[in-house]
Amino acid sequence: MLEKKLGKQTVIFKQPPTIAATASIVGPKEGKGPLAPYFDQILDNELWGERSWEMAESKMVREVLSKTALNASKAVSRIDYILAGDLLNQCIAASFGVRESGIPMFGVFGACSTMGETMSLGAMLIDGGFASNVVCLTSSHFCSAERQFRFPLELGAQRPPTAQWTVTGAGGVLLSSEGTGPFVKKITTGKIVDMGIKDQNNMGAAMAPAAADTIFAHFEDTGLPQDYYDMIVTGDLGRIGREIADDLLSSNGIRIGSILNDCGVMIFDMKQDAHSGGSGCGCSATVFAGFLYDRLKKGKLNKILFVPTGALLSPTSVQQGESIPCIAHAVAIENG
Amino acid sequence: MTGDEYKKYVDSKAPDSKLLRNVIRAFSVGGLICVVGQFFVNSFSRMGFDMDVSASLTSMTMIFLGVLFTGLNLYDDLGRFAGAGSIVPITGFANSIASPAMEYKSEGYVLGVGARMFLIAGPVLVYGISASIIVGILHYLLKF
Repeated sequence: MLEKKLGKQTVIFKQPPTIAATASIVGPKEGKGPLAPYFDQILDNELWGERSWEMAESKMVREVLSKTALNASKAVSRIDYILAGDLLNQCIAASFGVRESGIPMFGVFGACSTMGETMSLGAMLIDGGFASNVVCLTSSHFCSAERQFRFPLELGAQRPPTAQWTVTGAGGVLLSSEGTGPFVKKITTGKIVDMGIKDQNNMGAAMAPAAADTIFAHFEDTGLPQDYYDMIVTGDLGRIGREIADDLLSSNGIRIGSILNDCGVMIFDMKQDAHSGGSGCGCSATVFAGFLYDRLKKGKLNKILFVPTGALLSPTSVQQGESIPCIAHAVAIENG
Repeated sequence: MTGDEYKKYVDSKAPDSKLLRNVIRAFSVGGLICVVGQFFVNSFSRMGFDMDVSASLTSMTMIFLGVLFTGLNLYDDLGRFAGAGSIVPITGFANSIASPAMEYKSEGYVLGVGARMFLIAGPVLVYGISASIIVGILHYLLKF
């Protein structure tokens, strides 16, 4: 009998891990957005003194790792595991970022859902008694993502209104077996959902069914009332994707429109020319590590369901005309 | 909901591009670039070059300006504003070659700049040249 398993997709922790600290670093555009006061560091230049966008991104990972440990007043050597991933081919931002740390590392790929995936796995490592301190790290960089997935930066092309803007940022979350909360109480692991959307410029529409599927499964598995959470916050659906997810959930009898929010909508202002909103691993990671963690710590939010969403495509699959498989991982975080 | 139904639903949700606004911007900026080109044609003719040479010199000047503005990080902003207005003229073609050259410089001059420079312009050249050869052959045959 699996005593910690709830329904088909959910795990409930016996000794819920504490989120002991978080840290976030963002780029200049994010630093002009509405959440600017909540980030630990705002870069004034996307290259940050490095010779390539990729190395700038891995520098963010490296710095956010030490900031996370520092914010928890823990020595980096007390970290048992790092769980990290990013969007670049072979997750180079993560592995280059932690290569000097000397800490055992699991590389994780969940595209933009990576923060949800690493927090889920980290919480299981801790509740399973395999670790006391786990750092979950992820990053994305507008410039490195553009060159990998789209066009050279200086190409004078237009984007459609459904397109999203990859967030330049890295977030770190330190999960610990000891502490006073906020706690990771439950996780609901997503399954891959593919509704046949092929448009790389409309990822919100591709990912919304995955987000709705995981949120639906969470309520099914736990039997919680629909108004249980103060906020349900998806990763990077953007304005259009958030609306679609809300519609899909409503048609399945889950009416959470008033508490459903999205990190991609929160991180940029409408005026910032980010079209439908932010995206990328760094989007949900920095909004959680910056804004949401602050709200939880201050008791402005007490129960949230954090649902980072990922589009599991590659430049090759897009060019070969394949549809976009998507996933969303839910992490239920509560004070007390 | 089936995949097709979902696609229809998504299309109904996605806002359309602002067509009229984009057309006006493309027309004005594209027109303006052509006026600049015409200015160079006239200037070169006035300097005493004949029409063919003036046209070639103008193309070279416009390509130079397209590359210069790409290097100054300005052409992408112009492109975002003007769309086809700055893509279609020869300056846009120059931008499509200069921008990957800049982007892939971090991978070296051979496999970075050299190999990737025609990432976007390459297909235009392949099909443009192929089409011109086919039209040339047809022209030759029809003359008989």
